Amino acid sequence: MLYTNDAYTPHEAEIVEFIKDHHDIFTIRLKFIDPELDSKYSFRPGQFNMIYFYGVGEVAISIVNDRNHQKGRFEHTIQVVGRVTKGMMKLQTGDKVGVRGPFGTSWPMAEAKGKDVVIVTGGLGNAPLVAATEEVLQNRNEYGKLRVIHGIKSQDWLIYQDMYERWHNSPDTKVMMATSNEDPVDNGKWEWKKGFVTAYIPELDIDFANSVVMTVGPEPMMLAVAKEFIKAGAKPDNVFLSLERSMKCAIGHCGHCQLGSQFICKDGAVYPYPACEKLLAVKGL
Amino acid sequence: MSHYYFIPHTKIDQILSYFEGNGYKCLAPRHLEGGISYAPIRKAEDLPWGYVDEQKPGHYQITKTENPQAFGFTVPTASVKPMLFKAKETVWKVKRDDSGKLGFESVVDVEKIAVFGVRPCDLRGIEIQDRVFQHNSYNDIRYSKRRENQFIIAMNCGTSHFNCFCVALGDYPRADKGYDLALTEINSGFVAEIGSDKGRELLLYLEVDAATGAQVEHALNLIDNAAQMQHKQLPPIKEVEAKLMANLEHEAWDDVASRCLSCGSCTNSCPTCFCHTERDIPNVLGTETEHTREWDSCFSIDHSYTHGETYRENPKYRYRQWLTHKFSTWRDQFRTKGCVGCGRCVTWCPVKIDVVDEINTICK
Repeated sequence: MLYTNDAYTPHEAEIVEFIKDHHDIFTIRLKFIDPELDSKYSFRPGQFNMIYFYGVGEVAISIVNDRNHQKGRFEHTIQVVGRVTKGMMKLQTGDKVGVRGPFGTSWPMAEAKGKDVVIVTGGLGNAPLVAATEEVLQNRNEYGKLRVIHGIKSQDWLIYQDMYERWHNSPDTKVMMATSNEDPVDNGKWEWKKGFVTAYIPELDIDFANSVVMTVGPEPMMLAVAKEFIKAGAKPDNVFLSLERSMKCAIGHCGHCQLGSQFICKDGAVYPYPACEKLLAVKGL
Repeated sequence: MSHYYFIPHTKIDQILSYFEGNGYKCLAPRHLEGGISYAPIRKAEDLPWGYVDEQKPGHYQITKTENPQAFGFTVPTASVKPMLFKAKETVWKVKRDDSGKLGFESVVDVEKIAVFGVRPCDLRGIEIQDRVFQHNSYNDIRYSKRRENQFIIAMNCGTSHFNCFCVALGDYPRADKGYDLALTEINSGFVAEIGSDKGRELLLYLEVDAATGAQVEHALNLIDNAAQMQHKQLPPIKEVEAKLMANLEHEAWDDVASRCLSCGSCTNSCPTCFCHTERDIPNVLGTETEHTREWDSCFSIDHSYTHGETYRENPKYRYRQWLTHKFSTWRDQFRTKGCVGCGRCVTWCPVKIDVVDEINTICK
């Protein structure tokens, strides 16, 4: 937190737009009430905020920046999983929440320059990688090919449809999707497969040895994705995962997010594959 | 100036009045509820004169003796930790008005506290927690302000209990830094060393003389004696750190997990454990909420719960997390070890698990 001497206390933010994405998935677009905070607030793709819902508590949510390239606003896409998010589902435009952030490490946007970029996500793992994808597209000439692979249970779980269509129609960019639980119907916009995101990896038309992979999803999916890319010739150090553990404080004080020597909240959540390979291999660490 | 001074027992009341006159609340070990614990003190006679303690795995007993010392016991039941990192406190409040506007307010509750009698292990515990709450990317202003307003009189050890193992960790029962004054209790008073300007000012106020050579020798002998009373042994700490992480699947983890109750007594009594959780406590009108920070334990099953997944559902994983954190990964995080050898986790374990034995089993 740059603008306060107390990293524990949230700041008031207003919901300028509430978007219902799916039956239990929604997006809140926020701005800080304090004009100074509003003007100074910035973040890097991959970072997260702690969002406070009055009377219930805080949750760590990645920053989605953002489907309309809006400045001075930041978005969070949230799925109902617990008490705080259940309460947030009832929020409306104009309601107030608390925000602390940004926290955590970011995607390797500089490292990825001059290389092909592959974004692989599963479920709501697409939200933490929207900002990184947009950054590639906004600086299109500085990066190589862009491939976006997304996996969902079934097609009715697809959020961000307009955004994916815009991405797919951007220069040297392809979107590919996989459904695990049912046969997909061709939507006439991009390629679909029945199965898992890993099915696309061997046939990708990229230079694996000169590529950067960024992946977010369930841990078994991310590990499978990493192994598949390395098998295809990607450098292990160029495959990046975003890990998730319980976070109460987001500043490395509360101890909940520890994985081995790591505080996922401040030392992560984005890690190169070799850094987390061993940590994730030990059950219960 | 001599390096050592002598403060007779008869000057304790002057020390206490100095603290009172300078706005400090003085906490010292006292005989309370069958134990020696830190509590406010007003007069020298409030100290636990003559009390000695016996600590063994799962055992704590104090006895009144004819011993003319105020600090004849070893470590108090709890460390200094609760004075700086409170077991439960409100960290911020938020008011909500009729329009739904939220007014957040940090809560920083600070008292000037003088601690009279901090054992060297507990002093090291403070230094370790400084790294957690002050020198760790983010500063906790509550902790920092309490540290700034703290006066520490360290008390070197003249005796060790059965569970003490600071020496096995490469430390010694003598305060090395982080104090304003460091005392060693000998017959009829204390041999004193100055650790800061604040400590020097107190000594000047007390108008004490330099300690004699015999007094200093007596004090140093007592400390050496306390060190020699410790019998526990560990491999060099660097070796412990490496071996624990190299043996994450050792069968000893299952064995200790079969005995461990996951009660959290060890983490609660530990001077360095810092895990906590946060909680919202709203009023019934829905107009104001207090947000608290409360001690948590890696032995609680909720500790690793992350929406839908409990990463350490098995007690084996929880005990392994605690031990490997304390004695290995702590070094990566804070460039120091996570244990000071006070032995409280052994004393207060209801099933007598001895952390030193567990380490030695795994590091064999």
